[in-house]
Formats: sequence, structure tokens, C-alpha cells
Amino acid sequence: MKFEEFPKPSWLVMNIRAVFGRAYPRIIGVNRELSWVFFETVLPLLGVAGYVYVYKALEAPAQYIGYVIIGGAMTAYWMNVLWSMAAQMYWEKEMGNLELYLIAPISRMSVLGGMALGGMFSSSVRALSTIFVGMVVFGISLSLPDPLMFTGIFIFTMIALYGMGMMFASLYMLWGREAWHMSSLFTEPIYLVSGFYFPVKGFVSMLGNPGFWIAAGASIIPITLGLDGMRQCLYPGNRDGFLPLWLELAILVALSVLFLFLAKYSLAYMENLGKREGRLTMRWQ
Amino acid sequence: MKALNDVNLTINEGELFGLLGPNGAGKTTLIKILCTLLLPTSGEAKVLGYDVQKETNSIRQKINMVSGGETSGYGLLTVRENIWLFSQLYGIPTKEANRRIEMLMKELKLEHKMNSKVRTLSTGLRQKANMVRGFMTDPDLIFLDEPTLGLDVNASRLIRDFIKKWMSEKPTRTMLLTTHYMVEADELCDRVAIINDGRVLACDTPQNLKRLIHQDAVLKLEIKQVAEVSAFRNIPGVRNFTHDQNIATGTTMLKFILDDEAAVADIVAAVPKSGSRIVSVEKTEPTLEDVFVTLVGRGLTNHEV
Repeated sequence: MKFEEFPKPSWLVMNIRAVFGRAYPRIIGVNRELSWVFFETVLPLLGVAGYVYVYKALEAPAQYIGYVIIGGAMTAYWMNVLWSMAAQMYWEKEMGNLELYLIAPISRMSVLGGMALGGMFSSSVRALSTIFVGMVVFGISLSLPDPLMFTGIFIFTMIALYGMGMMFASLYMLWGREAWHMSSLFTEPIYLVSGFYFPVKGFVSMLGNPGFWIAAGASIIPITLGLDGMRQCLYPGNRDGFLPLWLELAILVALSVLFLFLAKYSLAYMENLGKREGRLTMRWQ
Repeated sequence: MKALNDVNLTINEGELFGLLGPNGAGKTTLIKILCTLLLPTSGEAKVLGYDVQKETNSIRQKINMVSGGETSGYGLLTVRENIWLFSQLYGIPTKEANRRIEMLMKELKLEHKMNSKVRTLSTGLRQKANMVRGFMTDPDLIFLDEPTLGLDVNASRLIRDFIKKWMSEKPTRTMLLTTHYMVEADELCDRVAIINDGRVLACDTPQNLKRLIHQDAVLKLEIKQVAEVSAFRNIPGVRNFTHDQNIATGTTMLKFILDDEAAVADIVAAVPKSGSRIVSVEKTEPTLEDVFVTLVGRGLTNHEV
């Protein structure tokens, strides 16, 4: 058995390889299980359709149909972060992969980064499918006069959102199934306060000052400002935006830094705690 | 409850070191500490000269681990893809990773399953794939936690042969093996530590461990029936002597527990003097299992659920 020596990669190259290695199962999985075409396009659209018909019945402005479709598309990322990204460490532990990741000479953030990259890819397929089917079925039209701003908003929404998912992942690593309740807690309420199916500025219109604070509080969830920013970019000229675009982008950048830092810190803390208590790789928790 | 207590072991470079112990003895806990997955509550552990608490990354670059009954990997991926994925955690370039995967799969007779999805593999094939995953990083130190658990005879033998070959090819390679199978430890290990209730009861080469109870070598002698056997009792080197008449076969079974193996010749010579002749002779050599039973007070499987 001959093992060829290879130049020792730098820390960065090694971690980049680890990120792509870990992302691979998610990316390849999209092609291997074609049942996703049904589950990832038709089913999400059914949920969205309910809101679309309500707006149509109320003869709401046309852009509201677009708002709902965009919200439906972004649901893919939120669900992915909550139920797949955050819970992934739990599943990795149950499958027996976690200890193999933990004994590897790489940053734990690379493993989470790989999960995030893979999750973003598979969720993007679902999100784009939802938008495409939404355009075909409901005839929405989108314009993009400022693609740079849209790209910035989208990218930093993703970084902040998946950074948040990474932070949750460290909780799942030790809490196990107990952390399920956290995901349940965050699912439906966030649909409401983050404005998945209506502009978050609606809170201000309906409730005044308290509404502003509800929207501001919900902005800690990156998808709130991400959704609002993307809606402003895709439907320019309307007055449904919560905050100025530049401010939303700045907050999203800050949230990205914050959540990545918290993810790194909480992962290191939880790993150390797990190693001390002997629960790090203990299954069936 | 302490999983490990006063464990003091040194494993030398190039050594295949075995850990023998019943379930719950602390074997896996020890491996987890050495693999940097668990922190010791007190004391110190060093792997390849690095502290398991402070120099984890230096250790992780040089070790790997394979566990028996391991279910790692992603069922949707092929065997090659799964192993490639784990190779990326060690920074192995894809070309070299693929070359190593093919080489090791051929070595473990798994090459025909290279492109099969992991979820379609049997237990034995899956364990071979785990072995490829663990060895493909060419670790300086590898931990094998019951690698042949649940495997059939052929698969176990193949893995044992692979382990021997691996160790023989590079003198600096070191291995820590835990196993339930005494024969496996006896066959493979340079040294063995017997561990029970978190304590190391003995640690030496299998030969030396067997010598621990060598004084209890047992000689069984079946001779044609005789009336008087007291002469056998006084032969020098015989510590204990029992006899049993078998009227049906017309023989007498003499059982000697010897302090000194030199007594065997005197015993055999005493048979014709007693007016009898030998029907069969059986000298029982102590096995590692006998050592284990003597030290632990029970067999490995006594407390298994």
C-alpha cells in the first residue's frame, strides 16, 4: 500500500476543501432524489396560494401578490435554517458522523459552513422554483432596477440567516431533541412578525408606535429586513418599505458579523461543555 | 461514577496495543479522551507527545478512528463519494484521495462496491468502507474500537490481515485496538491491557500475560483403570491432583495442576510404574481468556445484555 505524500495545504485551503466536502451531500442530494420537484415546488405554492387568493379577493394592489410569492420563496431558507441547518448537528450525532467531524483537524465552522452552503443551494432550488411557478401561475412581474443593492441585501441576508442557523446548531449539538421546541417556537411566530406574507411595515400602519417596535424587534431575525429589502428592490417606488434600503443593508451586515461571531463562540463553548460532561457524542438524547 | 480510575498507560511508537475489557469497562471512554472527544476530569493524557486538552489540533492532524458498527456517512452518496467527503476534512487533494480510495478498496476487496450507495451495503461491507475511511488519511496513530464487531469469519479475517499488513509496512505506525475477541487480541497485539471498572488490571505482551497464570498449567491424563493413585500426588512440581474413575470405559482421569512443567515427564513415567498405561494426554495451555477470567473474575460475555 503506497501513500503518496502531498504538499500540506494551508489552513485556509484545508478548510475550504472541508466546506465543499460537507456541502457535497446536500448539493448532490438535489439531483439524486427527484421527488423534490414535487415537494419543493407544488407544496410550498399551495401555502402561498391561500394568501394570494385572499389578497385577490380584497383587490389588494398587484405588488402584494409578488410580496407573498417572495415571502413563500424565502420560507424555503427559513425552514432550512430552522429544521435542517440548526438540527443538522443533532442528526450528524445520531448518524455517527459528528465524532468524525470533531476529530478532523479543521475548524468546526467549516463543517457548519459546508452545511450552510449545501442548505443554501438546495433551498435556492426551492425558492427559485416557487418564484418561477408563481410567475407562471399568478402572473407576477418583477423589476430589478438596482441589482447591486438586491444582491447585497440577498447575500447578507443569507450570511446572517445561516450564521444564526450555525448558532442554533451548536445548541442542538448538546440539547438534542429538546431543541426541537425551539424550532417549533420560532416557526409560526416568525412567519407573522417577520412579514412573510405581508410587508412588515403593516405593523406600523395597523398599530402605530407599538407596531414599529414589533417590526424592529423582529428585525433581529435577518429574514425580516432581508424580505423587506428584497421587496423594496423588486417593487421600487412603493411606500411599503420598513426602513431605508441602505439602513437595512447596514443592519444586515452587522447581523452577519454578529451571528457568525456568536456561532463561533457558542460552538466552541458547547463543544467544550460537551467534552467536559461527556455528552458531545452521546446519542439518543 | 468514575469511568476511568488511576489509568496509567504508555503506548510506544510502532506498537499495536490492545485494550481488553467487558462492556462498560472504560475502553471507549479512554479512546474518546485520546481522540480529543472527551476531557479527563483529572490527570493528563498525551497523544504523540501532544496534550489532549491543549494541543487538540496537533493531535487531530495525525490520528483517525474507526468504530465497530459505525453507521457514519450519507446513504444517498456512493461509497467513493462518502470516503472522498471525509478525505476533504484532512485536506487530501481529490486526485490523491481517489487513488487512495481505490487502493484501499482493492486491499479490502470492496472495489466492486465503489459506486454503490452506502445505504445498500451489508454490515460487513459497510465496516470495510469505514476502514477505508479511517486508513486513507495514513494516520500516525489509529484507534480501532472493536473493528470486527458483528462481522462474519471471512470479513473479520480480512480485516485482521489488513491490520497486520498496515502495521508491518511502516514501523512508525501505531494502533490502539479494543476488542471483545480474545483470539483477535492474542493474534494481533504486541501488548494488551486488561481493563475493568475503569482500572487497568494488567498490561503486558499476550505471552507474558499468559505466563501470569502459567503456574496453573493443567495436565489431564487418561489412563487404564488403577486401584492405587496416591503415588502421583507426591511427584515434585504437582501442586494439586484429582482423579476420577470411569467404570464404563475402564479408565481413570488424572488431573494435575502444576507448579512446574518439568513435572510432566515424571508423571508420564509414573504411569507404567503404577501398572497402568496411558490412553490420552492433554496439556492445557492458558489462553488470554483464562488470564482475563483470572484477573476480572468473569468472562467477557457474562454481563452482556
